[in-house]
Amino acid sequence: MFRRLEDARADISFSFEGREVTARPGDSVAAALLAAGLRSFRATPVSGAPRAPWCMMGACFDCLVEIDGVASRQACMTQVAPGMRVRRQRGAKALESDPAAETAA
Amino acid sequence: MKAYDLIVIGGGLVGGAIAWGAARQGASVALLDEGDVAYRAARGNFGLVWVQSKGAGMPPYAHWSRRSSEVWPQLAAALLQATELDVALRQPGGLHFCLNDAELEARAEMIQRMHNESGGSGTRMVGRAEMKAMVPAIGDGVVGASYCPIDGHANPLKLLRALHAALLKLGGAYLPGRTVDAIAGGEGGGFTLQAGAERFACAKLVIAAGLGSRKLAPMVGLDMPVTPLRGQIIVTERMRPFLDYATHVVRQTDEGSVLLGDSQEDVGFDNGTTVPVMQDIAARNLVMFPGLKDANIVRVWGALRVMTPDGYPIYEQSRTHPGAFAATCHSGVTLAGAHALELAPAILAGALPSGFDVFSSRRFHVQAA
Ligand SMILES: Cc1cc2nc3c(=O)[nH]c(=O)nc-3n(C[C@H](O)[C@H](O)[C@H](O)COP(=O)(O)OP(=O)(O)OC[C@H]3O[C@@H](n4cnc5c(N)ncnc54)[C@H](O)[C@@H]3O)c2cc1C
Ligand code: FES
Repeated sequence: MFRRLEDARADISFSFEGREVTARPGDSVAAALLAAGLRSFRATPVSGAPRAPWCMMGACFDCLVEIDGVASRQACMTQVAPGMRVRRQRGAKALESDPAAETAA
Repeated sequence: MKAYDLIVIGGGLVGGAIAWGAARQGASVALLDEGDVAYRAARGNFGLVWVQSKGAGMPPYAHWSRRSSEVWPQLAAALLQATELDVALRQPGGLHFCLNDAELEARAEMIQRMHNESGGSGTRMVGRAEMKAMVPAIGDGVVGASYCPIDGHANPLKLLRALHAALLKLGGAYLPGRTVDAIAGGEGGGFTLQAGAERFACAKLVIAAGLGSRKLAPMVGLDMPVTPLRGQIIVTERMRPFLDYATHVVRQTDEGSVLLGDSQEDVGFDNGTTVPVMQDIAARNLVMFPGLKDANIVRVWGALRVMTPDGYPIYEQSRTHPGAFAATCHSGVTLAGAHALELAPAILAGALPSGFDVFSSRRFHVQAA
């Protein structure tokens, strides 16, 4: 869906749902994932509908993902780092100590 | 000039409940409301239908609050039927958490005192183990709680919207942007209200204008000496359900958002927010629910409670201007059921429910005999 304007080297490697994705230095997580063709970043808490980044500037919270085990982070506001582990945000975040959530994870 | 059986001044939760309740009885009703400049508790509150501590020291208020909790399901069902709006009423009971033994003891005494004064509401103390079984996410710093089985919560914004919508469905008028400046008449011939350039007439009148009531009441021989008391509220992002019960400090809504806050500040007509109070609210809540540590805060706001000098409601019919009524309280969500289903019909019939003399503002005018 999205294509990069220039073909600079994408030499940062991180993972999304366990698969390797490459990014360019300075990419936000959202930009890197969109460039990699991802369409669904999260499922909403109430209806479970799929969502993707919309504003790309920190205002709409539609780009939420789990990064390195921390839920509900804004992909558009977080710069990619090598080795980052990113996953979809599925529904609402669980309480830190929620036993049910730990078994579900 | 348009004439109505009843005009209610103030489209908050108190006025909204009374107006709709009266329209349901077949009366022609207008609800006059100020605009967005008004201080409106109905749009900034916590959403508790809270009974366990209401009316300590005043049994009729305790009974009135319990009555409201009892009829609230009828209110929610009637609004759903009329408007298809679900106000998300849930009444799983409510917990008041205690953070040390002194708090626990003081709470137990208060509950016992209320039981002696006002009879049982089913409220009892629960120890650490039982509380932990009820709320597994509770922090280690909470030693126990009082539990009242008839406490609950609802979505207060949907409630306000549903009351207005249901009033319209019955042919009533909701008229925002009408600040009532003057009231005339009342000597048996009804009232005339002035709002800017417009005039309205009515046979009966209810002043339920929240903090605006203070100015209006003397125009018809009533006294509503209400003052503001600020509360600040923090709202987090939606979280997976972890708290079904209502509590005095934390409430998880039906859609997952978590509301935090029980601050009380006497700062006059200032509904802003301050970082120190927010920090305080957050710190207290982390003791109760340490798992909220990483929850993102998505909104904060301040709102002004409408407080009478003793914290109890004022309901009164004017002696000099019969047909004019005062109605104010600091728990308009809790009392919405009783206001709509019992107070409104009584006002239409021309007299407050029996036993309501205790709610008169005359209690503030005790003469040194
Ligand atoms: C922080 C906070 C938390 C709260 N939590 C709870 C809770 O958990 N449970 C609970 O039961 N209650 C709670 N409350 C209280 C509850 O919100 C109020 O009791 C409720 O909103 C009813 O208030 P009201 O209708 O009297 O006043 P408001 O809601 O303030 O409405 C008064 C209305 O009168 C209008 N008005 C004023 N002057 C005029 C005029 N001259 N002409 C025309 N219209 C006028 C205003 O526009 C306004 O809309 C809370 C309040 C606050 C501030
Ligand atoms: S895309 Fe809008 S906040 Fe990230």
